[in-house]
Amino acid sequence: MGKVFSGAEIVFKCLEDQKVKHVFGYPGGAVLPIYDELKNHKSIKHILVRHEQGAGHAAEGYARSSRKPGVMFVTSGPGVTNAVTALTDAYMDSIPIVCISGQVPTHLIGTDAFQECDTTGITRPCTKHNWLVKDVNDLANTIHKAFEVATTGRPGPVLVDIPKDVQFKKGKYKFKKNNLNKTFNGGGNKKINSKHLDQLIKMMKQSSRPIFYTGGGVINSGPEASKLVRELVSLTGFPITSTLTGLGAYPGDDPQFLGMLGMHGTYEANNAMHDCDLMINIGARFDDRITGKVDEFSPKSKKVHIDIDPSSIGKNVKVDLSIISDAGSLLKSLTTAFKEKNKNFLNSNKQKTSNWWKKIEKWREKRSLNFINSDTVIKPQHAVKRLYELTKNKDTFITTEVGQHQMWAAQHYKFNKPNRLMTSGGLGTMGYGLPAAVGVQIANPGKLVIDIAGEASVLMTMQEMSTAAQHRLPIKIFILNNQYMGMVRQWQELLHEKNYSESYTAALPDFVKLAEAYGCVGIRATKPSELDNKIKEMIDVDKPVIFDCEVDKGENCYPMIPSGKPHNEMLLGSRDEKEEVSDEGKTLV
Amino acid sequence: MKKSKSAYSEPGKFGRSEHHIIVVWVDNETGVLARVVGLFSGRGYNIESLTVAEVDKKKHISRITIVTSGTPEVIEQIKLQLTKLIPVHKVADFKRNDPKILFKELALFKVVSSKKNQEKAKKICKKYNSIIVDKSKKSFVIQVTALRREIDKLIEVLGPLGLASTSRTGAVAMTRGSRVFK
Repeated sequence: MGKVFSGAEIVFKCLEDQKVKHVFGYPGGAVLPIYDELKNHKSIKHILVRHEQGAGHAAEGYARSSRKPGVMFVTSGPGVTNAVTALTDAYMDSIPIVCISGQVPTHLIGTDAFQECDTTGITRPCTKHNWLVKDVNDLANTIHKAFEVATTGRPGPVLVDIPKDVQFKKGKYKFKKNNLNKTFNGGGNKKINSKHLDQLIKMMKQSSRPIFYTGGGVINSGPEASKLVRELVSLTGFPITSTLTGLGAYPGDDPQFLGMLGMHGTYEANNAMHDCDLMINIGARFDDRITGKVDEFSPKSKKVHIDIDPSSIGKNVKVDLSIISDAGSLLKSLTTAFKEKNKNFLNSNKQKTSNWWKKIEKWREKRSLNFINSDTVIKPQHAVKRLYELTKNKDTFITTEVGQHQMWAAQHYKFNKPNRLMTSGGLGTMGYGLPAAVGVQIANPGKLVIDIAGEASVLMTMQEMSTAAQHRLPIKIFILNNQYMGMVRQWQELLHEKNYSESYTAALPDFVKLAEAYGCVGIRATKPSELDNKIKEMIDVDKPVIFDCEVDKGENCYPMIPSGKPHNEMLLGSRDEKEEVSDEGKTLV
Repeated sequence: MKKSKSAYSEPGKFGRSEHHIIVVWVDNETGVLARVVGLFSGRGYNIESLTVAEVDKKKHISRITIVTSGTPEVIEQIKLQLTKLIPVHKVADFKRNDPKILFKELALFKVVSSKKNQEKAKKICKKYNSIIVDKSKKSFVIQVTALRREIDKLIEVLGPLGLASTSRTGAVAMTRGSRVFK
């Protein structure tokens, strides 16, 4: 009965049945049988990276921008350990990744064989789940289950470790249809309790200072959820703010949007969070970059938390009402309720929230994102703003590295669609943006993909330019080059008496020549007057570009919730800089 | 005050710590104990004792009993985080002083001493369902089942009477009456 296949064949049959089109990876001894099989499966394209971390971030960028799981192949030992950063990054930001790793043959496991490591042991805390497959007859089931775990509930990375002998062995293949049950997060698919929904609506009706605080959960829920957020915000007339990973779910240039919140969020968003009487958190997790000191976080508000992951509830902040739900399904019920039963809510509630909006407008007048521009030197904020103005009419995908440039991108680039910003939020992985851009471009051929980068971050995964060149991916690496690890320098300035310990990068490469060495195009801008033309030149080149934008070295990222202060006492920039930070405050950045 | 320059916030106020017994039903598969224990160590939760064995041979279900302590928020997180693990079927949580729950710990004591002290030691253990499981002229091994604090006490009392070796399990727990945790 039945045909038998080699383990390697089964891997590909699984991928085909999961409709996988692209795999990011790097071959090595323990995955060779799988790589040998690649030639027989034309529907699956392999993207050879230059380092396994790059494969992981590329898979993340691919998943984030296409809403399909990112798939990667790595070999045993160093292949796996190199992938750990990317897996952890995906775990923190809830990105579905399926990592298939080779392992030394079963009989050598535990003998410290060449390129052996305890893969499932090492990746246990940075994956949703992982498997070591010792029997080829378990392989198909395991891989299908891996896809299910990665993509359901709160998404995340998974790893399937396959010893080399299992890749050779023959076994049966049967595709069990993925039933996509969302129970893998401790019951995230439970029906929404109508009592809870009624209670939420009641709270919304009673509130005179409400705010929506949305996060990556809305993006992960799919484009429908973003549509519903927009609908809900216009049905209620409430203000909305977003976390870094939630940007794009609501249009960044809409007047009801208060901008990003948190440590480098806008003055109006943070003050509104502090002073509100009702906070509705949809798909965010009260991260410490958002709350600051938890004891002083939004002291006067009733808090509602909607999350697909039950363990997110009450983890950081106590809430008054929690609803375990996918953001999209909750938003659906909520908008329906407002459309059907509470048609007049918007008008009848206008009066009640008018003072609130007046207050918000007062905060807005501070123009907290303002900076003092210059004619002689390019201000990094100005560079991001010009990049936005010159690309906003295209469907542009932005990735970032981690640091000041990341915050400037989040502040000054106005995202109008979900899945357009790919940034390492939770883990804060420098070197994320370039390989992520590779993945985004693979998933979105023909689209403009820009990595807003810092020169320090981008050097961590610069080798992936070679990947971009090989696969003809016209990604644009827009480096805000200030020759410093900017965010490190900023903290040293504010907290460590300007002792710029090791945060200045001497001997930076010539990025234009570096681009040329990779067979790409290098562009350099040094003056504000030439910036626009050079950006246009970058956009027009149909090749990978490294854009070396030489910016003001000393610029700090403001506004900023300073040390030891609550959300309603933000630092607004150079005019506040003289204010001394108290010793106690220094711990609280 | 200690001058710290951390980039993170200071700890807030801590709630009162309570003892709980967490019971976890898991698939008895490779690495499952490491997942459970790794979750505790990774998130900084406390383990006072841990008992694990397969309880359903057909379905390969193991029952893990963990005695832990933490604030009510931490205990809640432990339960929710455990529930998220793929091989975990269900998680029960009992307060240590819950009268509806039975807790037992088993201990083996080896006492090496004079006849007189041996008899004294046996007498003390009698209250705790003691069974002599081995004896020689100079020694005996006695098995007792009791509460954790009772065994702590026994160790203290048996010490001067020639207690040479102690081996004890962690706590196991079960609901009283006909009720079964679902």
